[in-house]
Amino acid sequence: MSTVTQRADPAGTAGPARPLSERRPLGDRTFQVIALASGLLVLVILVLIAVSTTQRASLWFSTEGWGIFGKIWNPAANQFGALSFIYGTAITSVIALIMAVPVSLGIALLLTEVVPYRWARPIVYVIDLLAVVPSVVWGLWGILVFAPWIAHIYSDIGSAVNGVPVLGALFGPPTSGASFFTAGIILAFMITPIVTSLSREVIATVPAIDKEGAYALGATRLEMIRGAIWPHSKGGITGAVLLGLGRAMGETIAVALVIGSSATITSHLFAPGDSMPAVIANQFGEASGLFRSALMGLGVLLFVFTIIINIIARAIVGRSAEQGTA
Amino acid sequence: MAAITEPQLGPNLQEPAGWRRTKNRIATTAMVLAFVLAVVPLVFVLYTVIAKGISIISWQFLTSPIPPQVVPADVGGIGPAVLGTIEITAMATAMAVPLGILGAVYLHEYGGKGVLARLIAFMSDVMTGVPSIVMGLFLFSIWVLHFGFSGFAGALALACLMLPIVIRSTDEMLKLVPNPLREGSYALGATKARVTLTVVLPAAIGGIVSGALLAVARAAGETAPLLFTILTVTTANPNIFSGPNTAIPAQIFSNATSPYVGAQSRAWGAALTLIVIAFVLMIAARIVTARFTRYSR
Repeated sequence: MSTVTQRADPAGTAGPARPLSERRPLGDRTFQVIALASGLLVLVILVLIAVSTTQRASLWFSTEGWGIFGKIWNPAANQFGALSFIYGTAITSVIALIMAVPVSLGIALLLTEVVPYRWARPIVYVIDLLAVVPSVVWGLWGILVFAPWIAHIYSDIGSAVNGVPVLGALFGPPTSGASFFTAGIILAFMITPIVTSLSREVIATVPAIDKEGAYALGATRLEMIRGAIWPHSKGGITGAVLLGLGRAMGETIAVALVIGSSATITSHLFAPGDSMPAVIANQFGEASGLFRSALMGLGVLLFVFTIIINIIARAIVGRSAEQGTA
Repeated sequence: MAAITEPQLGPNLQEPAGWRRTKNRIATTAMVLAFVLAVVPLVFVLYTVIAKGISIISWQFLTSPIPPQVVPADVGGIGPAVLGTIEITAMATAMAVPLGILGAVYLHEYGGKGVLARLIAFMSDVMTGVPSIVMGLFLFSIWVLHFGFSGFAGALALACLMLPIVIRSTDEMLKLVPNPLREGSYALGATKARVTLTVVLPAAIGGIVSGALLAVARAAGETAPLLFTILTVTTANPNIFSGPNTAIPAQIFSNATSPYVGAQSRAWGAALTLIVIAFVLMIAARIVTARFTRYSR
């Protein structure tokens, strides 16, 4: 008996109890420290991102002050106002959400409530394939195939609504294949998988007894969805939508290729524009001094925006998941 | 009508009986339509990439040097980019996967429900949402400005993107390992490190490997973190630790805006290569999941 004990715990037989931590073999304690260090790495990296990029952007922040939110971006004249890019990021993300959210919710409900399990798997695979297509391939397809094709549709719509009060301001000329709207559509394709899979997880936590109760009262499927699923999962779905928004805001390469790269603030959705990540990707290579600092600063703003959105979204999703299992 | 207190649930008796069923049918049709709407762009992208890429792709295309953009499509290839992608992704995987697994081991085996473990788990979820271009800027400011452009800087950026994905997927898998397995090993006198390394991780290995493969698939297609870390040259650079490098996605990005047909054709060929790599990794992940998963939900 003693040999077994000794092999497993060499310090164990030595009389009076010492604290457990001291009795554990060195290798065991080392492993714990290594694991802890790997876990802490996440926090370290996040802090380092914030500190190092802010440091490189400090020149822009200190030179421009609140001017960083100015309207004019003209590197040749040393004017670096970021408003047009913030506007572009916001408008393309909103377009993407308006298109992607209903589609994602539809697919999520189809998967959880309509089709039988053996059909759900292949549908999930297909949606996952959307997520596997790399950003740069969406961009390549967007600029060489999709934008030239949709440019005709834009110009038709543009000439049809030209002069009409609100529609003319939104969809009227100038129109271009590479535009806010094209970027928004491509973003919608790209964020559909994540919004779908998160909504599906949220909807899956609705207790079966709620759903069966609704059916027992004679509700149709639609009435069951509105009466049993929606009240239970609206919080979690809000979180899923916010995570989709975070993805859309940070998406770089596809948007950089299809948005048209023009620092303009306009209500015309079919006109070329620019977004924060896209301008960083397109202009960082030739930038130096204050120009580079400004682009780095755009990265800091983007980091701050996406972190805030992700923290809120994860908090909401986490809370609704806990409610579901409770 | 006042008797109906739950308007969503109770049938609205003013409506004709058939209307409720019709609305339900419309809703179901809308759901199917949503799926079709998501499939259409996927089919179009895949069709275009395959149609335009298949004619150019060959062993010679994958291994030849990158020519200037004006050169027609039948000359040259993307050899240096393939080499760069393999080097950089392999290095990123070698860094992110072990650290990610260890991080998850801390979260699930040591941290438990403690404040620190919950904070790390929450922040790794948040970290998966950090835009990839921010990772590129981050590595540019802490690495490239001091040590210059290199494949390794790109690998570090990709590793930062992969780390939280690996942590979260591994953590999910560790949750599925039944506790009696751990308790049995402790009862035999094994230390916690030994239990984790020889019992818990092997029990979860299928899910861990498939999660890691999906993280690799995502990293291999990333462009934004590489732009400011490897500097996209056209020459092959077998030395990952020094000098600018190139990668398949970075080449596609620089060819996509090119006016030359040859450069565009090579971009389609490279896009097909990239998609095939991503699909192979995804299918491999599915096979590993199906073949080696011992515990699942």
